[in-house]
Amino acid sequence: MSETLAPEKVATENVAVMNQLAGRGVRAESPLYHAGLDKLSALNPRAGGVLLRELKLLGHLTLRGSQKNASFMNGCAEVLGLALPTLPLTSVEKGGVSIRWISPDEWLVVLPADQAYEVERGLRAAIEGHFSVVNVSGGQTILELSGPNACDVLKKSTVLDVHPSQFPVGKVAGTVFAKSTALVRRSGEASWELVIRRSFADYVWLWLQDASREYGLVIKS
Amino acid sequence: MLHIYCPHCRELREEEEFHAKGQAHIARPLDPDACTDKEWGEYLFFRKNPRGLHHEIWYHTAGCRKFFNLTRDTQTYEIKEIYKIGEQPEVTADKG
Repeated sequence: MSETLAPEKVATENVAVMNQLAGRGVRAESPLYHAGLDKLSALNPRAGGVLLRELKLLGHLTLRGSQKNASFMNGCAEVLGLALPTLPLTSVEKGGVSIRWISPDEWLVVLPADQAYEVERGLRAAIEGHFSVVNVSGGQTILELSGPNACDVLKKSTVLDVHPSQFPVGKVAGTVFAKSTALVRRSGEASWELVIRRSFADYVWLWLQDASREYGLVIKS
Repeated sequence: MLHIYCPHCRELREEEEFHAKGQAHIARPLDPDACTDKEWGEYLFFRKNPRGLHHEIWYHTAGCRKFFNLTRDTQTYEIKEIYKIGEQPEVTADKG
């Protein structure tokens, strides 16, 4: 490792941090607002092999720092209430907070939107040295696929080996998903979470409708 | 399709997730101002095109978004070695 990557001992300069959550009077729209998933879920009581739910308007924080920086690792564990997973392709979850491993120095923290601002400020106060925390809540959304045929839809969409022996519950993998990209996480035996980019949300939504047509798609609100 | 081991994800993944970024171990001249046009031009534009072992940089675009080095045989497409940025290859043409 080059020296430039080593955790620096310099104090982090003050960074302008903004609460990205608008007040109560403002209507929040997820990237799939236009699809009207809530209405579809009401119209759509039939049974099907694939259940789709948008885990919308959550707080997403991208966390970057060196695992060698004890202040970073301890500060994150303290503020998030969860230690960052250091084993590649793993995730941890507790209460409403989940942390996905993205790379050896990058993690995605997903938490309730109203906690994002406090947690971001807490991290900045608790950590010393070279690190970064960015609120990317507006840039991505999460789709949850579940049901007996969710796995089949994934097999059509991604090059990952999704067999339970290769992809156990809790595993996370960034990959190509239907020519777009997604951060795929197995959240249960038959449920999967896809973190997708806002700009690809509509495309992935159209793709998933098409790919799950033969099994029957049920929208959950 | 190549099946590539990402040294950061520590897993074999499909080539689709990666981008090839060309020849590895190209050292930037320490003092560009002191270079001749020939030296600078060769640094910028001239690349090896060997038949046999080639050291390349690859990028795990869709995964961990990290760069790493890979030694590949350009005739057989066989991947001989994968090593991280900053490390030196064990498998080289003169040793092989």
